[in-house]
Amino acid sequence: MAEVEETLKRIQTHKGVIGTMVVNAEGIPIRTTLDNSTTVQYAGLLHQLTMKARSTVRDIDPQNDLTFLRIRSKKHEIMVAPDKEYLLIVIQNPCE
Amino acid sequence: MASKLQKRKSSSGQKTSKRGKNRPTLTVGEEEEPTNMESLGHPEIYPVVLTTKTQEIFNCRIDEDITDEQPYKLIKKEDILADFQNRAAVSDFYPVKKVIQEYPGDEILLVYDKDFKYGLNFYLVGTEEGKENYLNAPEIPEEQEEYKEHIPEEICIYKAPISKPWVSLGSEKEIEEESVKESTKKITYMISRKRHQFGAPIKFSDQNASSVKDAYIECTAYPDKNFTLRQLEKDIGMQVVPEVKDISTQTRWTYPKNAITQYHPREFSEEEKETLGQAKSLTDFLNNVSISVEIALQQNEIMNTFIDDWKCLAEEEGTFGDKTDTHLKEYQSFTDLHNLTEKMITCVSWHPVIYGLIAVSVAVRLSFEDRVHFSGKLLLQPSLILFWSFSDPIHPQLMLESPDDIFCFKFCPSDPNIIAGGCINGQIVMWDITAHADRIENIKTGGSRSKKVTLKPMFLLEPDSNKEAMYIRHCAVSSIENGHKHVITDIHWLPDTFEINRMGTVFENRSGICCQLVTCSADCTICFWDIRPQKALTPQPTEKKKEESIEIPFDVPSTFLHLDLAWKPLSKIRLSKGETSLDHCPTKISLSEDHLQYKAQDKMLAQSKAAKVGDMNPYQNLEGGLANHLKPREDFCTKFFVGTEEGEVIYTDWKMERDSETGRLMTKKPVSLYTVHDGAVHTVQRSPFYKDIILTIGGWNVAIWKEGVMTGPLLQTSCAPKRYTSGHWSLTRPGVFYIGREDGYIDIWDLLEKTHEPALSQNICITMITCIKPWTFSAKQQFIAVADYYGTLHILEIPWTLSHPSANEVLSMNYYFEREVKHLEYVDQRKKIREQEKKEMQLEMEKKKAGIHLKRRPS
Repeated sequence: MAEVEETLKRIQTHKGVIGTMVVNAEGIPIRTTLDNSTTVQYAGLLHQLTMKARSTVRDIDPQNDLTFLRIRSKKHEIMVAPDKEYLLIVIQNPCE
Repeated sequence: MASKLQKRKSSSGQKTSKRGKNRPTLTVGEEEEPTNMESLGHPEIYPVVLTTKTQEIFNCRIDEDITDEQPYKLIKKEDILADFQNRAAVSDFYPVKKVIQEYPGDEILLVYDKDFKYGLNFYLVGTEEGKENYLNAPEIPEEQEEYKEHIPEEICIYKAPISKPWVSLGSEKEIEEESVKESTKKITYMISRKRHQFGAPIKFSDQNASSVKDAYIECTAYPDKNFTLRQLEKDIGMQVVPEVKDISTQTRWTYPKNAITQYHPREFSEEEKETLGQAKSLTDFLNNVSISVEIALQQNEIMNTFIDDWKCLAEEEGTFGDKTDTHLKEYQSFTDLHNLTEKMITCVSWHPVIYGLIAVSVAVRLSFEDRVHFSGKLLLQPSLILFWSFSDPIHPQLMLESPDDIFCFKFCPSDPNIIAGGCINGQIVMWDITAHADRIENIKTGGSRSKKVTLKPMFLLEPDSNKEAMYIRHCAVSSIENGHKHVITDIHWLPDTFEINRMGTVFENRSGICCQLVTCSADCTICFWDIRPQKALTPQPTEKKKEESIEIPFDVPSTFLHLDLAWKPLSKIRLSKGETSLDHCPTKISLSEDHLQYKAQDKMLAQSKAAKVGDMNPYQNLEGGLANHLKPREDFCTKFFVGTEEGEVIYTDWKMERDSETGRLMTKKPVSLYTVHDGAVHTVQRSPFYKDIILTIGGWNVAIWKEGVMTGPLLQTSCAPKRYTSGHWSLTRPGVFYIGREDGYIDIWDLLEKTHEPALSQNICITMITCIKPWTFSAKQQFIAVADYYGTLHILEIPWTLSHPSANEVLSMNYYFEREVKHLEYVDQRKKIREQEKKEMQLEMEKKKAGIHLKRRPS
């Protein structure tokens, strides 16, 4: 329990990190540092995108699997680390 | 009948003769064939001629023996033969001798031919049959006659058909076979029902067929073996054909409907989140994943791999690269040609809303002694604030009159039609130009003015020719006794976000408009004024004032009538240095929330205010604001910067405190005081980008301060060759400010480029520059108004490089100021370190000295 919090806190304190959230396999957020509406929006959208990305990778090569997803936008970068049961989403502002 | 017989006989005789004619070799005497009426269809008829003698012989005399009733006679063949013997060739029957000889019967019919039907008067029927026919069938000759005549003259008489019994010929059998007959006898049913049941409502009910017995009869199909045929061989032809299908569908267009869905996301409750958070799987997951996430995060922190270096390169080149395009370009200049005396411009202000309108206050260029000397003359000439427009460089649009020379003035931020100015005699003058607002808003270029805008020499110009520009009288002046006693050097409107009371405590603004002013003057006081009507404490002074009051001309608006000549400051702050020395003489002040008139802000303000109020101008109803309750504002910084005439920069507080001993309201002591400038400080200005960076210009140098840093200025420039007389921050670039010199040059400083000297120096005019005011109209058009000592106002256009900030300029300047602050701190620390070092060194020195002394002593 404490480990979870500690890990999340460690990630959150990196430079430029705007928000961190942990989402379950269905896209329902479990832990978050952002406000509720933003969290829910990110969770829903990124969950779908991760599923799509994963299915893309596996369609091309069934023995392959998605390990990491990074989306770079003008304002910030969204990083998604997928797993069998959970998703870790981190939003960072890379440039100052 | 007898005659007929006779005729027959005669005819036979005639026949012979005729016969004889037919044949080529025919002689009368010879035995020839008797002519018969073969040609007429009666071959048995032989026409003969009977003389009267013959007639007497045979008793067939005409009209005696042979009558019409009996036109024939039967003559015996023997008689005729006897005649032949008697008379031989003379006998009339000689021609038909052969016929008579061959005649089988005994009696030959001789018929009297009355009508000479056969050519001769008698004819003979040569055959028995003929004879029989003539005798028995009397119609026959009639038919013959008819036939001869060719014309049926008899009418057919209609004989009704007589029904005869039907004789069957066998057709009825066929008919019987073909006809359709009912094979079975028809069954008749009679169904009856009671009459009242007819037309009764019918009730249908469902019934399951399987539930009721015998409700239905099924005829199930079964495969009958008799009819199954197994085909063991088949002959089929095949062809491969692409299958083509044509399908069309049509959607049914129903009316459009608005449909709404609403959903809310699935979320976990708090307990669920807790339980999930404690699951081991989550811990494992995070342990696995956090490594890669941290790598990714660090990658971003190290370097931004997506930077477009090309783009970034281009932006950095936008600073002072080439000098060709960095000069301020002359756009326009305004000079008042009508007034004769030499005037200088004391203050310049752009109209906050209207494009191209700028107001200048002019004052005569005389020293104090000269003023006193020429005071009589000066009274005659009005002191003015002139409104210039870009469209007309010769004639000012408006001229505001004031009792004496104005040294500073400001447009009210909430209502640009209210102008407050500080006079040389210590009075505050208020104008309200709402009535003339449309004049300046719709300035036409040229228009009614003559196209020949020739500059006439000044002595030809009459003051009346300038009919268009109007003199607008001020609407209120402050009280002479209670106000300042010396020239007002600076005037500011307090922003509409707060107001203060007599104690100096800050409250929330009740009226929503700018209603308070702050002025500082050379009599060492700073006064706060309120333009709203105060409740008069004693009625008497107002009555007095009423008696003494001068009649106000009718065209002056009565906005500030309550203030006129009775206006007292709200509070006065005296900047005293202490009891002994002279007080500070403030020249400029800068409040913490000062309105540096940004175009966008003002427009928004004006619009929002106009929207709030509607038709009512809030300045017409200033009392309304007083009714609201005062709400105090905490945490408001009541400190402000003051620049003095001696070159000091004072950071002080306007809040009054009660002196514990005397009970009077006392001003607080200034927080900090610095003497950095060599001359009077004429510019104390906050940066438009940073709330706590202040620029002060005075004497020969420039200083930049940060509010809160007490140790000293962040930047202090070295002495310039020429004295600085005016200055202003750039409105768009955080590191740029403009300084005007006393030789007519403008120094443009760019802190990002050089901090030891100006980046650019440009000559504008020949005399001292008294005021600089930049103004932004659009992203591309930025002007700077430069006023000089000789009364000319120059409008210059700021080039792109000077007006457009580079990408990181704000950040860079921030860094720069932070660095400077750190530098100051470092210097401070170094001072301490140095002191310590000094002490240590001194100690060592003393020790050494003592040591030498010690060494010196022999014992």
